Amino acid sequence: MVATLLQQPGAPHEGAAHHGVDLVGRGARESARLTRKWFSSLTEAARAGKGAAYVFVMGNMNEVLRAFDLPIVYPEITALQLAVRGTAEEYLRESEDYGYSPDICGYLKADVAMHLRGGEHPMGLIPKPSLVVTTNACNTYFKWAEIWQRLHGAPIVTIDVPNMRAARAESLRGDKEFTFEHAYVVGQIKELIAACERATGKKFDIDKFREHLRHANTMSHFWKKLLLLNTGSPAVFSALTDGLAYLGMANCYRATEEGAKYFEELYEEMAYRSEHGIGAFMRKDGKDVPVEQRFRLGFIGVPCYPIFRGFNEFFSDWGGIFVASSYLKFASGGTALGFEFDLANPIESFAEGTLLTVRSTQTGLLFDIPEIESRTSSFNLDGIVYHGVKSCRTASSGLADRRIHTSESLGLPTLMLESDIVDPRAVSKAQMKNRADAFFEGLIGRRQKLAASH
Amino acid sequence: MTDATALFSEWEGRRLDEIFALCREQLEDPTYPIVKKWRAAGGKVLGHFQVYFPEEIAHACGMLPVKIRGGQADGVEASQHFGSYLCSILKTSLDLALCKHIELDLFVTHPICDGARNLAGIWGRNFPYKSQVLHLPQNPNSASAYAFLRDEYRRLAGDIEAAGGARLTDANLKASLEIYNRSRRLMRELYRIRRDRPWTLGADESMVLMAMAGILPREEFNRMLETVLAMIGSRAAREQDKIRVVFEGGFCEVPPYDLLQAISRSCFVVDDDVFIGLRWILEDVSTEGDPLANLAAAYMDKSSYSPVQHDNSKPREKMLLKRVREAKAEAVILAAAKMCEPGLDEQVAYSKALDHEGIPYFVSEFEENQTTFDDISIQMETFLENVMFA
Repeated sequence: MVATLLQQPGAPHEGAAHHGVDLVGRGARESARLTRKWFSSLTEAARAGKGAAYVFVMGNMNEVLRAFDLPIVYPEITALQLAVRGTAEEYLRESEDYGYSPDICGYLKADVAMHLRGGEHPMGLIPKPSLVVTTNACNTYFKWAEIWQRLHGAPIVTIDVPNMRAARAESLRGDKEFTFEHAYVVGQIKELIAACERATGKKFDIDKFREHLRHANTMSHFWKKLLLLNTGSPAVFSALTDGLAYLGMANCYRATEEGAKYFEELYEEMAYRSEHGIGAFMRKDGKDVPVEQRFRLGFIGVPCYPIFRGFNEFFSDWGGIFVASSYLKFASGGTALGFEFDLANPIESFAEGTLLTVRSTQTGLLFDIPEIESRTSSFNLDGIVYHGVKSCRTASSGLADRRIHTSESLGLPTLMLESDIVDPRAVSKAQMKNRADAFFEGLIGRRQKLAASH
Repeated sequence: MTDATALFSEWEGRRLDEIFALCREQLEDPTYPIVKKWRAAGGKVLGHFQVYFPEEIAHACGMLPVKIRGGQADGVEASQHFGSYLCSILKTSLDLALCKHIELDLFVTHPICDGARNLAGIWGRNFPYKSQVLHLPQNPNSASAYAFLRDEYRRLAGDIEAAGGARLTDANLKASLEIYNRSRRLMRELYRIRRDRPWTLGADESMVLMAMAGILPREEFNRMLETVLAMIGSRAAREQDKIRVVFEGGFCEVPPYDLLQAISRSCFVVDDDVFIGLRWILEDVSTEGDPLANLAAAYMDKSSYSPVQHDNSKPREKMLLKRVREAKAEAVILAAAKMCEPGLDEQVAYSKALDHEGIPYFVSEFEENQTTFDDISIQMETFLENVMFA
């Protein structure tokens, strides 16, 4: 049950600076290639009539599913791509015509319409589910899974992970509460393995499972370290824009050799940049230019995919850069926690890792994220932006209250915005920009006041 | 005979319509006078948000379990604590607590929806007492869920004890189970009347009686309901011929009394899911052996259904069809509270299943604080005429 610390004797480290010129930008190029590859593999599976395992980003069980060679579909990712590519609204309207309310999760609706269209997606063809794995990390996950069951008859396996029940009341390894929580997760993982055996006709290969755990360990190790690089200045990536490309890799390539390699190399690039003071870039007039970093910001919530770049520009135009984001943590299913599985005790350790990582996503969503919402954040923040969306009550319901607490109890400058993650009809660009402008005027005033007092 | 220790004795010796009116006053009174009386006498209060909560555990520890289910509030105090796109019950529940209309010693919410899950954090930032989630398993199909829930109930009992409750013993819990089993039998009888003699009891009247179970000590509630059931049995009401409908969608946010009254004028609401959490367990819970384990198993094996419990063995559209058949209903009102994601999601599955079965249905949304019902009355009448003359 004890997680091993990863030994990486040959890992290029950690600041290795040999191919500086080739290194810078490699992570971005590679993530674009791997994203295309992932969609192509799904299209191939769909054309071959193969079924896929459908999973959600939080509690995605990739380590088990990959041991059965199941193609994996992340409906949240296929749905967000509809928004990024500007095609979400037609899918949403189709789903509403089918009967869904305008007031429910847009991801779910966009996905339903995609299924009604036979898997047609701007980036390819999405295979049908042959197995659905859902977790309690979001209640819409259950509804969504049940829809696929109704549409396609796919069996559902549930992994219910007990979360922290109250603020700062985390059960700890060895105590009574942790023991019964762990036993519950172990039981469910064994049931998942049995369900995979039934669905694929293959026997569970524990050594193959171990191999996937090993890759997951490498990924977690570097992902955690990567996020911490932004505690330095300049920040080496934008947690709101660049970070999302890394996030895609953390999900789609979780527990794979390619995913492990990607993060190892990404860390190499970013450590180099950190060491050499090469900060984040942004695309402007067809060129990559350094991001001005006058204000270091934290982001709590989910992105505004319908105006993805535009949303970031509300902040970058004032010299704001998001150096930390709750989204990178919870939407990567807790892999950024850096938990590493004990390969000598794979199932028990996988259950423990699942409990800890999924729970960590929920703690950040439902209670607080001390590394961002704190006066002593190592990210050295000038302010925090809370972004609530109609489509995600999990991530949004508590934000206004958190914001009050952060600004009144902790005295940190905050901004609260609301829009949607996928539905352009719920995005009011001018109103958000106005609020962002006022936020920066406040930050500038605060800075001037501070300078005058010294 | 009046019980001098009763928290709510005003109903005694009254006519049936007066009792319904008194219960309605209690349901709609945002200041929770019964809870205030309990506290004034030194009692401790556990507030539990909708839908299901194992009240027996709090009861066995001597606490008053009170259902937190929103209410009549303007929402001003709570408004800055919530964003848009949320249902009313979340906001008014917090509002009533912020205004100190209800004061608690422990607050418990459940993973029933993504808004409710956030309440533990929100409550915790705003009140000094412990606020927590009771992790009711969302995988009741797992063999390991039984032991988990038993242990989770034991964990909860520890928090109740720490909040001033008495120590939980098997003997106390078994005694509470007996009282709640009695209560469950009485509630089943109430709903049997709704199905068999709907002209003697309206959905609105039934709702206010049920609401009292979420406020009163259960012994008191049982005594009242027992008396009232006997009075309903001898109620002089003329048998009528109206369309029989099931009302689905009141499992969490409570539909306004006037809404159910408006609906009941034009049809018989022979079954519903209003306050389903208070009727969640459908049979007696055994008092033999480990009472906590029995209570946990009953949550999964002897229970009703709702859009906020994921259970592969209870596809909800099939459960609704079962409810419709058992109530011999001819039509369904598919309601949902505004912004209630689980309820709105489920409307689609329900409507497709009803379409398949050829059962007419009426889709609607409501809000606990809505005040006009003219439109819904007209729409309902039109719907029912369509059903009648189809």
